[in-house]
Amino acid sequence: MNRRTVVSGGVPLAVYEQGDPTGPTVVLVHGYPDTHHVWDDVAAALTTDGYHVVRYDVRGAGASGTPSGLRGYRLRQLADDLFAVADAVSPDKPVHLAAHDWGSIQSWEAVTSPQAAARIASYTTLSGPCLDHVGHWARRRLARPSPRHLGQLLGQAAHSWYIVLFHAPVLAPAAWRLGLAGQWGRVLSYVEGVTPRAGHPQPTLTADAVRGIALYRANMLPRLLRPRQRPTTVPVQLVTLTEDHYVSPALSDDLDRWAPRLWRRTLTAGHWSALLEKGPTVAQMIKDLAAHADGVPATQAQERAARARRGTFAGKLSVVTGGGSGIGRATALAFAEQGADIVVCDLDLDAAERTAELARFLGAKAHAYRVDVADGAAVDAFAAEVAAAHGVPDIVVNNAGVGHSGTFLQTTEKEWRRVLDVNLWGVIHGCRAFGTLMADRGEGGHIVNLASAAAYLPSKILAAYATSKAAVFMLSDCLRAELAPAGIGVSTICPGIVNTNITRTTTFSGQSADQLATTRDRVSGLYAKRNFTPDKVARQILRAVRKDKAVVPVTPEARAARFLGRVSPALLRAAARFDIG
Amino acid sequence: MTTQARLAPAFPYDATDIDRFRELQQLAYRCAERVAAWLEPGVTERQAAARLRRELVAEGVEDFFHVPFAWFGDRTAFRHFKTPLQFFAGRRKLEEGMPYILDCAPVVDGYTADIGYAGKIGDNPLWDKIAADLREYRELIVREVRQRKPLNEIYTAVDALIAHHGYDNRHKVYPGRVIGHQVTRMTARGPAGVNVFGFGVRTLQTLGRELISERLHGRSPLWADGRSSRHAPTPGLWAVEPHIGFHNVGLKFEELLVVTEDDAYWLDDDLPHVRRWAEASAR
Repeated sequence: MNRRTVVSGGVPLAVYEQGDPTGPTVVLVHGYPDTHHVWDDVAAALTTDGYHVVRYDVRGAGASGTPSGLRGYRLRQLADDLFAVADAVSPDKPVHLAAHDWGSIQSWEAVTSPQAAARIASYTTLSGPCLDHVGHWARRRLARPSPRHLGQLLGQAAHSWYIVLFHAPVLAPAAWRLGLAGQWGRVLSYVEGVTPRAGHPQPTLTADAVRGIALYRANMLPRLLRPRQRPTTVPVQLVTLTEDHYVSPALSDDLDRWAPRLWRRTLTAGHWSALLEKGPTVAQMIKDLAAHADGVPATQAQERAARARRGTFAGKLSVVTGGGSGIGRATALAFAEQGADIVVCDLDLDAAERTAELARFLGAKAHAYRVDVADGAAVDAFAAEVAAAHGVPDIVVNNAGVGHSGTFLQTTEKEWRRVLDVNLWGVIHGCRAFGTLMADRGEGGHIVNLASAAAYLPSKILAAYATSKAAVFMLSDCLRAELAPAGIGVSTICPGIVNTNITRTTTFSGQSADQLATTRDRVSGLYAKRNFTPDKVARQILRAVRKDKAVVPVTPEARAARFLGRVSPALLRAAARFDIG
Repeated sequence: MTTQARLAPAFPYDATDIDRFRELQQLAYRCAERVAAWLEPGVTERQAAARLRRELVAEGVEDFFHVPFAWFGDRTAFRHFKTPLQFFAGRRKLEEGMPYILDCAPVVDGYTADIGYAGKIGDNPLWDKIAADLREYRELIVREVRQRKPLNEIYTAVDALIAHHGYDNRHKVYPGRVIGHQVTRMTARGPAGVNVFGFGVRTLQTLGRELISERLHGRSPLWADGRSSRHAPTPGLWAVEPHIGFHNVGLKFEELLVVTEDDAYWLDDDLPHVRRWAEASAR
């Protein structure tokens, strides 16, 4: 690693360079109360990939000099520092920029200044908004104080308590000096989930932290109270950290106004664990944007982001198995309506194509595949193809299933195998293939498994079906526990009696073809009369994903059965003896 | 076959009657087409419905089976309809790309037409798609009526086609969930041109009388999916109105189906939607 000193506004800045000097330059700017060391893991990963990685200690921190007085900490001055470093390390070519916390706040100042177009090729921002944008954000919400807007204001206020403390005299510096600095490693470990490591926090922490308070005092009030118009043409990648205790995601709601070339991404990490625990993932994100800004064709995920559709699931990719009819089709269309792109698979390719066609009318990009979910190798191949052609999905709905009715002794081994192959193994294959992809990507996601009210409602005539669905129910709960640390939610949906074509394909043990047709007609009629439509189930599925619900019984009878099963399991067991359906 | 079906009445109209019904249906479609040509962004549903009424009256229409309706935008798919009052033309303004539906039921000399005309302003690819698919419903219905299947089963077959297409059934929003209703030559003597809740007074008299007399024979003049429609199509004239929706777009056609004792056919094939399909397949 090379170290050099760049003087900006009379303050010497310690600049650290590593990697291939001919590679694309990435400048990493640290926050408060850190030094360039907070980027160690990210820098290492970028260096391996041939980038020219540049870090510096911002003024007042680490090995850099200290300005005299608050004036020296103004954003304008901090942006000038950044440009001075960029000019020194890459005089001819614009640099890629990534910044965290206060580093991000000051980088916004640079990115929204007139020189940015010529000097900054791309900007990845973590946990540090432009203060002017925040000022406008708060003004808009105060001007229209709807309950949602007030909630957002209060939410961010709850995250920002410490900023008020930083403006009080004596208090914050005293806290750092009287022990907080000594305990900082533990705070990071307990509150932020950061594994302690040698050399971190840095030995200069106390001095850095105390001096850095000037950042808040010099900039917060002027910018928030008198926000300026700060648009930018630089491509911006906003990485929202799901566990961030200091910046609420709502703060970036209006960002499209200021940065039209915006790409929103999510990382399951805390304020510091993003850099210190998930460095390689962050590095990959920086590379994704830098590569695109340097002319590599956009990935599917980037394209989705660039199309900027409206809706709760804008920019997301949703995969639905059994998407050619019923709940699967309704769910795929509901996701499409809410801004997601979709991939549907079904045994009936025409039906899946039809779903995709309808989804395109809703503005989504949609693709259809013929997949037999009971075939593990086929599902693996399907997942690989989806990842290659459309990107790793954000949401996977394992919906494909078959109905079967018959008592245990009536049900043949072949029938058992068919029901378990589709209903249980189909879900296992889907969860394994896509769950692996999602966990490897490290950006979280959601898996929805369609079980049934039969999962907890025993019935003598649904032996195989109920068994398969009960297994899906338990599988989902186990998987939910396993994938939680990866930020991947798992929901189990128990629809109940829903008017879909599953009754038209349901098989019945021990019935002749003639009897079968009559029974199907009778059951279909019953389901039609109940008339609970699949789009209502789809709505519940979207809600389950949005709110990360563990178990969602949908119809009133499914909910009643779940309640009864808890109050008096014996009652349900007694009821299981009746021929229902 | 049930007892009631064997007692089904004979087909009650002669060739002259059929011609009169056909002429009136053509007149109604002509008026709807004229209003459609006049529609432009900014026009409200009420203005469109009033214009349709004026056109019909100018052509000599004396009374209405029901008042003229006009629906614009997502109201064509009856989205967010909670009360029957929402069927009446409202203040919704037509915008570029919006679908619309005009629905009117003029009465002349007791002969009744009941038509639905679907259109769009400017470009709307989703509308084009549904409009093309609507053809299958027209073919399915007449095919199954010819087979003299029970009306509720035909209703279910239409539902299955809707599910197959991925659309949703919007005729179930009509009072009684009806996909159609019987049309007879009205002989009632109430005041013409007076309506109660959108239905002409004479309509209500006639309909009320028929509901009772048909019920006594185990049939219903209303075509829905319930038990009361569990009978073979009654010979006579049926106004059939499959109404299909997807997302914010709804489409329907409505026209008379002639059901004789052993056959069925659409009263007229020279209608805007049928011509549109013919042109499309010619291309």
